[in-house]
Amino acid sequence: MTAPTQELRPSRADGHEPAVRLDAVSKVYGRELLALDRVTLSVDRGEFVCLLGASGCGKSTMLNLVAGLDHATAGEIDTGAGRIAMMFQEPALFPWLTVSANIELALRVTSSAKSTTRRERRERAAELLEMVHLGGLGAKRPHELSGGMRQRVALARALAQDADVLLMDEPFGALDAMTRDLLHDELERIWRERELSVLFVTHNVREAVRLGDRVVLLSSRPGTVIEEYPITLPRPRRTDSGEVAGLASAITDRLRQEVLRHAQPAQRPGATGTGK
Amino acid sequence: MTADLSQHIAGLDALELSHRERRSVAARIWARTWPMFSAILLVLAIWEVVVLTGWRPEYVFPGPVTVLGELWNRLGEAEFYDAVAVTIRRAITGFAIAVLVGLVIGAAVSRVRPLRAAFGSLITGLQTMPSIAWFPLAILLFKLSESAILFVVVLGAAPSIANGLIAGVDYTPPILLRAGHILGLRRLALYRHVILPASLPSFLSGLKQGWAFAWRSLMAGELLVIIAHQTSIGEQLDNARELSDAPGLMAMMIVILVIGIVVDMCFGAADNALRRRWGLDQRVG
Ligand SMILES: Nc1ncnc2c1ncn2[C@@H]1O[C@H](COP(=O)(O)OP(=O)(O)O)[C@@H](O)[C@H]1O
Ligand SMILES: [Mg+2]
Repeated sequence: MTAPTQELRPSRADGHEPAVRLDAVSKVYGRELLALDRVTLSVDRGEFVCLLGASGCGKSTMLNLVAGLDHATAGEIDTGAGRIAMMFQEPALFPWLTVSANIELALRVTSSAKSTTRRERRERAAELLEMVHLGGLGAKRPHELSGGMRQRVALARALAQDADVLLMDEPFGALDAMTRDLLHDELERIWRERELSVLFVTHNVREAVRLGDRVVLLSSRPGTVIEEYPITLPRPRRTDSGEVAGLASAITDRLRQEVLRHAQPAQRPGATGTGK
Repeated sequence: MTADLSQHIAGLDALELSHRERRSVAARIWARTWPMFSAILLVLAIWEVVVLTGWRPEYVFPGPVTVLGELWNRLGEAEFYDAVAVTIRRAITGFAIAVLVGLVIGAAVSRVRPLRAAFGSLITGLQTMPSIAWFPLAILLFKLSESAILFVVVLGAAPSIANGLIAGVDYTPPILLRAGHILGLRRLALYRHVILPASLPSFLSGLKQGWAFAWRSLMAGELLVIIAHQTSIGEQLDNARELSDAPGLMAMMIVILVIGIVVDMCFGAADNALRRRWGLDQRVG
């Protein structure tokens, strides 16, 4: 299993340097909306970290910063030399390309794959589709597939980037429960096979417990890390199992406290009054 | 376990894959054409009724039978085809130049911020300018020549085409831009792989509108700028008026209408094909 490419990245083997490191990262929108306040967090290589928080607490902001889609106001973000892929809540596939061509585009842009021929890319795309159980559907257009299938194409496209870090922003939020469960199994399998480092955003507590090695709880306005829960339950886990439900309810209680804090604005004299 | 998982997934997928059935070509053509034919028949009937009321004498306002008969006669004459060929050639030349100009201007304005600030509203302003108002200047610049006509055709069509492209670039869904960025596409590559394809529907409707303006400007031009020894649809129309040839005049008007409709239908078909391919045609309910 030790591919020769791994020797080029000795830091991966020693396991000390994290895949993603945020050091006192803050983000201010406009003049005064403090979306993130000195967030410090790291994701180890091969680790699956779930970021949990009420909506509007800055989860997407954080992922966008890590992905380089936006710039931090203060603090440092280090993703090393690793390549980063990202999945959004929407599949964000290009409707003018077939399913296969969407993936081939990713293969083509990814620098190490630049020298590949069209045919190689097509074959590689077919393999990736096979991996997400969509073999043979490469010629379809995105709109011909269901929401869950599109999200799997998006996963295949992210995998095509051959990234070390996978950022996921509520990727299964719009799917029905049964499809979501299946995609959890699927994602877990691929994460293991590929030794990915995953930063997975959700507001669904059970989903976080189901998937994460660690669940990081964010507070709202401003977003800061308030708690971290290592999840040591054996894998594979089931979303509807008693252990997952028990842990989830404990975390939910903590999350409720956090939300309640905002129901009494009088207690927070320093709060910015923007009710946005 | 994995076999179980993939079977589950396969089951869900089979339930969810959309099976949109498509009717046969003949059925689709029939569904499109019968309302059109009914409408034409209705218009002809109303026209005939108006003629029968004797609102205007027959030699000024002939009925559909006379006019269609005249049209049929002209369809047998070589001069008619010469006229149509000249007009179509002008339309294609003018429209092609307009597309080129519109593309260059649209691309530049949508990409360069100062250009946008400077020319954005000017282009929209140009769109509202009645093209016939350009003719006095065009005739001064180019005399009574084909260049004068083409000049106005291009000025009429190019702003719509440029605006279509600009609107398409502006309304590229941000999520697709972000997806492109994540894939590592920047600047020109982002433009080529994401922004341009995303603006295709809007560009197409710009083309369609541009064509409508081009066709109107061309007809106005052919009536105003009569070039000696060169026939054209507009020239034939003008000729018929001078000879008080009401049936001939109306026959040529029908030709203008039909050409306009046919080209518009081509753009409509292209637009539909694009929507179907992209899945933008899924109706509500
Ligand atoms: N581009 C932006 N401009 C201004 N405010 C923003 C922007 N993006 C997000 N915000 C604000 O920042 C806060 C955090 O947003 P977001 O990161 O999207 O939250 P989450 O993903 O956790 O729901 C919210 O209050 C939101 O209104
Ligand atoms: Mg969000």
